[in-house]
Amino acid sequence: MSSKPIAQDEFAPHSDTTPTLQAVPEASAKGAEIAPEAQLKSILTDVLGLESEDAEELTTDSGLFGHMPELDSMAVAGLLTEIEDRFDIVIEDEDVDGEMLETFGGLLDFVLAKTEQG
Amino acid sequence: MEFRAWSPAPLEGSEQRPAPEEWMVTFDRSREARVLVLPALFDEANKLRRSTLTVMRALDETGIDSALPDLPGCHESRAPMDTQTLARWRSCAAQVAHEFGATHALTIRGGALTVPSALPGWRYAPLSGAKLLANALRAQVLAEREAGRTETRESLMEQGRKDGLVLGGWPVGSELLQELEAASEEPAPSLTAITQEQLGGGSLWLRAEPGEDSAQSEALARIVAEAIQAAEEAGE
Repeated sequence: MSSKPIAQDEFAPHSDTTPTLQAVPEASAKGAEIAPEAQLKSILTDVLGLESEDAEELTTDSGLFGHMPELDSMAVAGLLTEIEDRFDIVIEDEDVDGEMLETFGGLLDFVLAKTEQG
Repeated sequence: MEFRAWSPAPLEGSEQRPAPEEWMVTFDRSREARVLVLPALFDEANKLRRSTLTVMRALDETGIDSALPDLPGCHESRAPMDTQTLARWRSCAAQVAHEFGATHALTIRGGALTVPSALPGWRYAPLSGAKLLANALRAQVLAEREAGRTETRESLMEQGRKDGLVLGGWPVGSELLQELEAASEEPAPSLTAITQEQLGGGSLWLRAEPGEDSAQSEALARIVAEAIQAAEEAGE
């Protein structure tokens, strides 16, 4: 396996005016009562191995797939499976496209739309 | 810690060619409690290797021996990967359990699919073969798409059932693919499940880059050690 540097800078907001999402609560991030943003942020924290203070810098504009070299197909597959488990939704491969995975906000919109359908 | 060689029994029908020798990592001071550790499979094996060894070191410190075998085709093994099957891995795990004198098994993630049925023990964050396969197929579909090829999980499986598949760089033979596909039940239900919530922290197998968390490994070892101690005190 190759070891690629973790591009923490990718988490920096693209502009200072970008609203920062709510922080992940200290308590267990599992469970339906937790806000979807926090839940999704918690999953990304696991996938990206972030410290909680770095996770707070994840914003709707934060770039994901295509912006972070370590987020390869294997990591994205694990991410999607974990989202399915925690949100109790099914994500078809056809649902997965560059737009949905490009930013944290895009992924959040997709998850919100899926949970409303379910 | 000691590296020890072990010789898998030859595959049925191939008695002319002995299977290559394999390695295992052991912590062995001839103590009573002896845990066979069965590692995660495929990509997760790499991500969790270091954590798995950390669990074994922590077990050693609490007076418990352990052995972590390379199953054929995995890790340092020289055996080809694409001829391996769950049945083969289970019989090899049973062989190592017997030779090491294992009293318990601790399986990590998909390792629960390879556990010999006779052993009591624990399964950490187990997942079914079907789920493991679905995730690997999804990763492959995404990788194919990045390379400009359109595949679906169904089209990949159609090829795979005939000729095997390379999933995330792992050559998986048709028999193993079909075994995984059929393994839709919770694996190793007789083992006590240990969940990620019990260890605290994030799931290390989800990490895009391999990570480690010694607190998690120590928590896992503590759960095992306390259960063994409780059983001893109860005179089991």
